[in-house]
Amino acid sequence: MSILGTRVIRTEDPRLLTAGGVYVDDLREPELAGAVRATFVRATVAHALITGIDKSEALAQPGVVAVLTAADMTDLPASEPPGGEVPGPDEPPAEGPVPLGGKWAEPLLAVDRVRFVGEPVAIVLTDSTYQGEDAAELVSVDYDVLPAVTTIDGALTGDSLLFPDTGTNVCVKGGRDISDDSVFDGCDVVVEGDIVNQRVACLPMEGRATAAAFKDGKLTVWASTQNAQLARLIFTAIGLPPDAIRVVAPDVGGGFGAKIGVDREQIVVAWAAKHTGRPVRWVETRNENLMAMTQGRAQLHHIKIGGDRDGKIKAYRLDVIQDAGAFPRMSGFLPMLTNLMAPGVYDIPAVQADYKVVVTNTAPIAAYRGAGRPEAAATIERAVDWFAAAAGLDPAEVRKVNFIKPDQFPFVTKAGAPYDTGEYEAALEKVLGAADYASLRADQQRRREAGETKQLGLGLASYVEITAADGGAGETAKVEVHDDGTATLYTGSSAHGQGHHTAFAMILQSETGIPMDKIEVIHGDTDLVPDGVGTYASRSLQLGGSAVHKAAIEVKEEAARNAAALFEAAEADVVLDADTGTWHIAGDPDKSLTWAQVAEHADGGLIVANVRFTADRPTFPFGTHLSVVEVDTETGKVTLLRHITADDAGPVLNPVLMEGQRHGGIAQGAAQALCEEVLYDADGNPLTSTLADYAAITAAELPSFELLTSETPTPVNPLGVKGIGEAGTIGSTPAVHNAVIDAVSHLGVRHIDMPMTPERVWTAISEAQKASAK
Amino acid sequence: MKVELTVNGKEITADVEDRMLLVHFLRDVADLTATNIGCETTSCGACTVLLDGESVKSCTMLAAQADGQSVTTLEGLAADGHMHAVQEAFHQEHGLQCGFCTPGMVMAIVSLLKENPSPTEAEVRTGLEGNICRCTGYHNIVRAALAAAEAGK
Repeated sequence: MSILGTRVIRTEDPRLLTAGGVYVDDLREPELAGAVRATFVRATVAHALITGIDKSEALAQPGVVAVLTAADMTDLPASEPPGGEVPGPDEPPAEGPVPLGGKWAEPLLAVDRVRFVGEPVAIVLTDSTYQGEDAAELVSVDYDVLPAVTTIDGALTGDSLLFPDTGTNVCVKGGRDISDDSVFDGCDVVVEGDIVNQRVACLPMEGRATAAAFKDGKLTVWASTQNAQLARLIFTAIGLPPDAIRVVAPDVGGGFGAKIGVDREQIVVAWAAKHTGRPVRWVETRNENLMAMTQGRAQLHHIKIGGDRDGKIKAYRLDVIQDAGAFPRMSGFLPMLTNLMAPGVYDIPAVQADYKVVVTNTAPIAAYRGAGRPEAAATIERAVDWFAAAAGLDPAEVRKVNFIKPDQFPFVTKAGAPYDTGEYEAALEKVLGAADYASLRADQQRRREAGETKQLGLGLASYVEITAADGGAGETAKVEVHDDGTATLYTGSSAHGQGHHTAFAMILQSETGIPMDKIEVIHGDTDLVPDGVGTYASRSLQLGGSAVHKAAIEVKEEAARNAAALFEAAEADVVLDADTGTWHIAGDPDKSLTWAQVAEHADGGLIVANVRFTADRPTFPFGTHLSVVEVDTETGKVTLLRHITADDAGPVLNPVLMEGQRHGGIAQGAAQALCEEVLYDADGNPLTSTLADYAAITAAELPSFELLTSETPTPVNPLGVKGIGEAGTIGSTPAVHNAVIDAVSHLGVRHIDMPMTPERVWTAISEAQKASAK
Repeated sequence: MKVELTVNGKEITADVEDRMLLVHFLRDVADLTATNIGCETTSCGACTVLLDGESVKSCTMLAAQADGQSVTTLEGLAADGHMHAVQEAFHQEHGLQCGFCTPGMVMAIVSLLKENPSPTEAEVRTGLEGNICRCTGYHNIVRAALAAAEAGK
């Protein structure tokens, strides 16, 4: 029987549980002996011209090895705009996940202007961490302060420009024409409004960290990254070819999108190691992390939705403005995905979506768990609830009327997304049944009629998202079977908590019968895995896992040739018993060869398969979340009582890992709905730059989650799987959002922007009461 | 200044800066790197260790304040090659993903169960309010704490 689909607990755990992981700060490699500590001097104002930097006092401090600024970076190659020619604001945008270069380029250290509080201005190298903090405070930077742009509205006025040479704060525009209002003609019910998808912190528990050593012309960098191979390409910016760079991703303490590749500070650390000849280590503080790691979401939406009184939606318009922060790291990629996924799970005959991207004097925005898709789901799911309320229908019924039906797949939406497979209504029905939706509605009605202080809210979100959007880049896998019967599996995918070592070994065991405990999984070292893509976009299992599957099949073909020779039989007559990992001649089970015996016969005592798996199109996981909340109408406090989900990502390889991904995603999504938000004051000073101020969600604010099973395979890859890493986040935010508003809708509240803090909820109730009293 | 600590049963004497934090003493002087620094503001609990059996956050305590006392870190929990019940429960219940918050979480739960050997789910959740995890949504951490409590009966 195959091990796939069974509950296998992780092989990664014992080491992490007894000795702790080995993160960048824990490395005790000999190459890092005597490494100096890097501390960054960061901008203390949001927008200013640098008029002078005085390092002298810092240099006189004990333990200071060097204080380096952009002026010291004279040994760098001239940089090319990474995205090639940069389009002007009125030209078609670059839609790849690349930073805009040219006039919008982000320097490694600030040159003559700073654009957000926390932007790195200088790097201080010292013998110890404490010396670094002391010395960095003594680097004196003179600023000529400029007006800070801290909001989307402020950016659009163009009164203060971050990149004056461009003449605008709008760096990218894209999408389709949304001006044709005739699509709403004949709609009985039309609703219009603004929805904020607020800026949140990615907040991996390990912040950014990098150590680097340069010796004999070769740079070795240990980086907390989601993809060592991409990081290696980025590190070529310091003037070395890829083959002179080794990047190692040791244990990585979470990424959530913010560790795709590496950031400018990490390039500076690598450069400093090469420049000074000393090994350098940098581990950011949480304060730095909350100021200067890329953040997520930060979109403002304007929507219009219209349809019939019986619940059929006929037209939907989404106008997105993306706050890119100070540097357009991802060009138009995030809002482009938001546009692509705009109509969600619904068959809407007319869909209009467009976007523009603006720069502001705030931390740069990049991918965060979902990256562009949660924003789409959050808004269409709010819009459907608005529409249902205006039509006087139950939100569950409106969803059922509008779902794309199973027999419509493959289905290309009016936004252009080619959905592969889906059972949207089945997922909804599962959740409604498990929750006993009718009873919950009855309880809600009872509380409303009794005028109870604590009101019940039910929030639905039926979502679809796109995973492995870059399936064409694929993923690599190499399998080696050794003559002692063990196997080594090299993957270009890069685990940072997901459980790849367990999952990928399960696939290899399932195909070959080589037991998991004889399989070593290696990832995240460019010397050992030079070619790889990495872990992001919920791509690991469907691309990396499919690559392992493909390599396993090829290694079996090679083994079969060797086994046939040993049996002196035809290759076609040789069979593998994958339960026992032994080779036989068909019809003669008594005579067998082990993998060790077969490998021993191979060239060099080794059977190898080295593959890349690519997918010709993305996959579209889906599901429904139902959130049940209690709102205290006197204080505005929200209590999340239950969260019930059916998340369908195809056949489940290991329920333990799949549930873990969903749990984490649900919590992060609920956190955006309830409590988390990155805030700046009017001058661009961050107000949430410590965990004492940023309201990261805790165990005390969450219930246990109720997970239901739903498995609809995709034809896109041999495992039939889709991605699950981000789905929980995408479904849970709108479910919780809708639930809270549902709880107080009978009091006249139509909308509350996220995060729905007690203050916001209380204010919304008070204002609704005031309005109704008039 | 000179400090003398017993760390995981081993006496360590060192001359350290007055301002050295306990977590840096553990990581840099005792060379025990399981204890992680997650926030420096006593908010996230990644640095939780036991000081004379009580959980403390070692990022906001001076090594000097721990002088003469006994510290237990994650590395000191397993005995005779067997994981502690809380470690075993984390393994069985998939209570960890990236592993960064795990040492602090495990130590916090060891301390919690010492104070309250049979907690309810709500008591576990309240008890872990000072420990942040970004991977697990806390679901399986809570399961692990309850399973460890059950195993301890």
